[in-house]
Amino acid sequence: MVRNIYSSLQWKIIILTLIVTFTPLLLLGVIIYRQFAQMYTEKIKEQICFRAESRADAVDLFLTERTAILGAIADTDSLEAMTDEANLAHKLAVMNRRAGAFVDLGIIDQAGQQLAYVGPYELKGKNYYEQPWFGQVMSKGVYISDVYLGFRKLPHFIIAVRRQEQQKNWILRATIDPDIFSRIVQVGHIGKTGDAFLVNTDGVLQTKPRFAGNTLDKAAVNPVHFGKQTMTFEQTGSDQRKTLFAGTWLKTKDWLLVISGDVEADMAELFATRNVQIAITAAGVIAIIITTVFTTRLMIRQLVQAETRMKEMDAQLVQSDKLASLGKLAAGVAHEINNPLAVILQKTGWLQDLLEEEEFQKSANGEEFRTSVKKIEEHVERARKVVHNMLGYARRMEPRLEDIDVNQTINQTVDILENFARTNNIDIQTDLAGNLPITAGDQAQLQQVILNLVNNAIDAIGKDGTVSIKSSRDPSHITVVIADSGPGIPESMQKKIFDPFFTTKSTGKGTGLGLWISYNIIEKMGGKLSLQSREGQGAAFTITLPIVQPMQK
Amino acid sequence: MQQPTILVVDDEGDFLETLMNRLKKRKIEALGCASGEEALRLVKENPFDVVVLDIKMPGGMDGIQTLREIKKTRPETEVILLTGHASLETSMEGMQAGAYDYLLKPIRLEDLLEKLAQALERKGGAEHRAQSEEIRKLLQKT
Repeated sequence: MVRNIYSSLQWKIIILTLIVTFTPLLLLGVIIYRQFAQMYTEKIKEQICFRAESRADAVDLFLTERTAILGAIADTDSLEAMTDEANLAHKLAVMNRRAGAFVDLGIIDQAGQQLAYVGPYELKGKNYYEQPWFGQVMSKGVYISDVYLGFRKLPHFIIAVRRQEQQKNWILRATIDPDIFSRIVQVGHIGKTGDAFLVNTDGVLQTKPRFAGNTLDKAAVNPVHFGKQTMTFEQTGSDQRKTLFAGTWLKTKDWLLVISGDVEADMAELFATRNVQIAITAAGVIAIIITTVFTTRLMIRQLVQAETRMKEMDAQLVQSDKLASLGKLAAGVAHEINNPLAVILQKTGWLQDLLEEEEFQKSANGEEFRTSVKKIEEHVERARKVVHNMLGYARRMEPRLEDIDVNQTINQTVDILENFARTNNIDIQTDLAGNLPITAGDQAQLQQVILNLVNNAIDAIGKDGTVSIKSSRDPSHITVVIADSGPGIPESMQKKIFDPFFTTKSTGKGTGLGLWISYNIIEKMGGKLSLQSREGQGAAFTITLPIVQPMQK
Repeated sequence: MQQPTILVVDDEGDFLETLMNRLKKRKIEALGCASGEEALRLVKENPFDVVVLDIKMPGGMDGIQTLREIKKTRPETEVILLTGHASLETSMEGMQAGAYDYLLKPIRLEDLLEKLAQALERKGGAEHRAQSEEIRKLLQKT
């Protein structure tokens, strides 16, 4: 019952402590992680946007440069000079030497006819009138085309400039090396899994991405998600992977430069941080649980111990209270019995005196009288002894204070009882501490107690066994334990064992006062007498005496 | 008749009467009385060798008071106190006040005779020693 109360108290304390500790700890962990994750994500987005912008600038510069060179070349010569293919080849060589990335050069008249061509393809004489870029160049003067297949059936894009010469228009057209261009764009990628590519307004790839897809394929991301400013856009792919895109529209062409990054790869560091945080929190949680359980248990154990001590003290108090009041009662009763006993004893004595006389000697019943009177005297004597014993220790008399050598008292007692014990084949063993101090008390009374206890032990054993007497000390007490190998004392009897008139011996053999008197004597000496016994395992009486400094003589 | 040399003081009539009878039967000359006041008067009239005095006598002078008065009047008188356990401390007081010894009630006659013999012996003198011898002989008989 009590155990249950403590057990439930223990769990209440543990659970409450854990809730109070964990709630702020976990809340703090989550909030810090959230905050950190947000900052980290923003940083990544900022970085990817910056990357997109700077790459877009680079691509813009590339296209602007190429367009400017082409314009300058167109302005240097007349159509006639331009159509000289050797001259044209020379110009292509110069352009590639100064800027690079030009694949070919072609001169096209206003009817769309290619008049001259230098480059790796057989395109001379082709008519471009139907090509969409042709119209654009004719109307705008300068034009950068989207990527298309054209006559060469290979994806490429061109830069073309129109030159007006004496009412005639002609076009200088150059193809940009798609590999070089793609590489310039790809340089913008971030990390191992990042990518960088260009898409036109229809979402068609204008450069080859590093992974997945080819030029002219539909891009993984739709350009409608991106506005005028550089923006990020997060998209979950069919494989459940999240991809972060940053897009910037070029200034020189309506192409969107896209930088993409695998969110998980980019966030790897964040996740690592999160894992460390989780590990630290988990370690903290475990430490808190262990500490809480440990301290709570310790506390509960001490509570239980305190209560047990208190109960023991209570029991002792009840016991000594009970014995004290019983003692007073017994003393009162016994004293009242004493006076009539005194008269009875004298009267029987007188009767005996009279029976000595001659007339009674002759009487037939004389012997009968004498026997009866003798019996009365015997029983008065018995009653006298009971009262004597009882009053002897019930009276409120301070024990005498004299020097007591406990070991010597034990040895004297053993001397008295040794022969009696030996005849019953009982061995009295002593184990006496050598360092016992001389204490102050009533030696005769202590001897009576030890005699009583050893006597009881011998009685309890009956025949064949051992009585052991052990003395020891601690800083403030001397302890004497008298143990026997007898049958032990049942628990039901242990509570009553110190009560007056309680005896297990047969009627007439014991008064039932021995232990009661012993208890009182030891208590008056400021000590304690207690019993430890289990049925079938013998009994041990422990005398604990305070060490009292004998008075200086 | 010889002047009794022993005085027994006890307020319990039955006890006193029986004790006197028993002493008389043993040819021990003794006088009995039931109060401290009477005892003191008797002691003032005649000297007694030994006074056997009950400590607890309700009403009037108690044993200790009587003892002190006797010792004042005739210091040579030996006093044997009769006491119950409740008044054991008082007996100690009595011993300090000059009592020869004390006996716990209920007393056995043999114990009283032994004490009387001792007290007489202590007093010294041929007469007392003879008396003591007489009592000792009685004790041996029983």
